[in-house]
Formats: sequence, C-alpha cells, structure tokens
Amino acid sequence: MADQSRPLSPHLQIYRWSWTMAMSILHRATGAALYLGTLLLAVWLISAASGKASFDAAQWVASSWLGRLVLFGYTFALIHHMMGGLRHFVWDLGHGYEAQQRMNMARLTLFISAPLTILIWIVAYVVR
Amino acid sequence: MHNNSSMRTPLGHVRGLGSARSGTGHFWLQRVTAVANVILAMAFVVIVLALVGKPYDAAMALLSHPVVALLMLLFVASGLIHMRLGMQTIIEDYVHGEGTKVLAVMGNTFFTVAVGAASVLAILKIAFGG
Repeated sequence: MADQSRPLSPHLQIYRWSWTMAMSILHRATGAALYLGTLLLAVWLISAASGKASFDAAQWVASSWLGRLVLFGYTFALIHHMMGGLRHFVWDLGHGYEAQQRMNMARLTLFISAPLTILIWIVAYVVR
Repeated sequence: MHNNSSMRTPLGHVRGLGSARSGTGHFWLQRVTAVANVILAMAFVVIVLALVGKPYDAAMALLSHPVVALLMLLFVASGLIHMRLGMQTIIEDYVHGEGTKVLAVMGNTFFTVAVGAASVLAILKIAFGG
C-alpha cells in the first residue's frame, strides 16, 4: 500500500498559465475526449449496421444542433490531438527543446488545429 | 545511465524492464500507434466527409467498400490501442490508491475491448452486406 502522505507535485492552480502548459493540458484533455468519442463512434456504427430505421435515427441525432456541437468538438479534439502528437514526434526525434521553439510549437498546435477544424466543417457543409 | 550511485544491478540494466516489468513497450507502442493514427485519422475524416448527407443505401455502399471497411477497422484498432495506453497513463498519474488504480486500469481494458469488439462487429456486418 502506498503511503498516502508522501509528497506529490503541486497542482495546476499553483502555476502561471503559459502556452506550453495550456497545450499540454489540452493534449491530455482532447485525448480523454476522444476516448469517450470512441463510444459514440461504436454506437453510430452499430446503428448503421442495424438497418435503415436505426441508421436514420442516428443521423437525425448527429445532425441535430446538439449532435453537431458534439461532432464539432470531436473534430477539434481529433485534429488538436493530432497536431499535439506531431509536436511530440519532433521532441521524440530530439529537436525543439529550446524555449522559443517550445513556445512556437505550442502556438502552432492551436493556430493550425483551430483553422483546420473550421476548414473541415466548411468542406462538410459544401459537400452536403 | 549506469554509475556508482545506481541502485540497480547490472543484470537489471541489461534487461531494462524497469519497475513496471514491461520496459519501454508501453512508450514504443504508443508511438507506433500514434504514427498509424495520423494516417488513419486523416482517412477517417475523409470517409466521414464522404458520408455527410448520404441516404442509407449510399452510406452502406460506401462503408461496405473493402478499402473503406479496412481503413475503418485499422483506425478503430490503432486508435483503441493508443487510447487505452493514454488513459492508463492518466490513471497512473491521478489515481493513487493501489486498489482503485488496479481496478481503473482493468476497467480501462474492459472499456477498450468492449468498444473495439462492438465497432469491429458493426464494420464487418456492414462490409459483408448487413
């Protein structure tokens, strides 16, 4: 049994917010969101596999305003987590550890993922 | 790093398995699936965009195409393995009680397998024509 009184690292409220910290937290948060998103994907796939009536019902839910909000969030989570992952690849290869590089990459994560998410939705509305 | 102050035996260093007894397997599998996910998630986005606004018959025709079904299967498999490892890291970071931690890690595996089995079954059912 672990000793419950051993020291732990200070928690989030102790730190001044920075880009690198925010993008690190957002990477983990989007990962957790995608985790729950797989459940929605499984439900949608089962609905599609169960026949026209359940497929139409799933599409009705997905195209409601709440469904679109969730799907938009899922899109951003997917793209942002992917951009965060690419940032981690750079670090894994031994680059990007300088202060300015870390800051630039943290900003790029959001500055690419946010427009890319919107672009995907523009495409979705155009091809619809 | 092996030096005189290390508490580890030379044999322990050679095996390189660490305190979790699994070495760098977790780290490496997370990276391998991450690389696969970049490609497969982009394919997934394209597939979903192609499905937008499609009626039932057209959607089934697309999803039952072998290449589409294969990409969906690989995306689900790679994504779920990756997410299970990621969630295990989150659990290990935040759940400190040994008993609850073991249960949470086990529940994480159960969730992954259940979602994976359901998704694979659905994809195959569609691919083989309902």
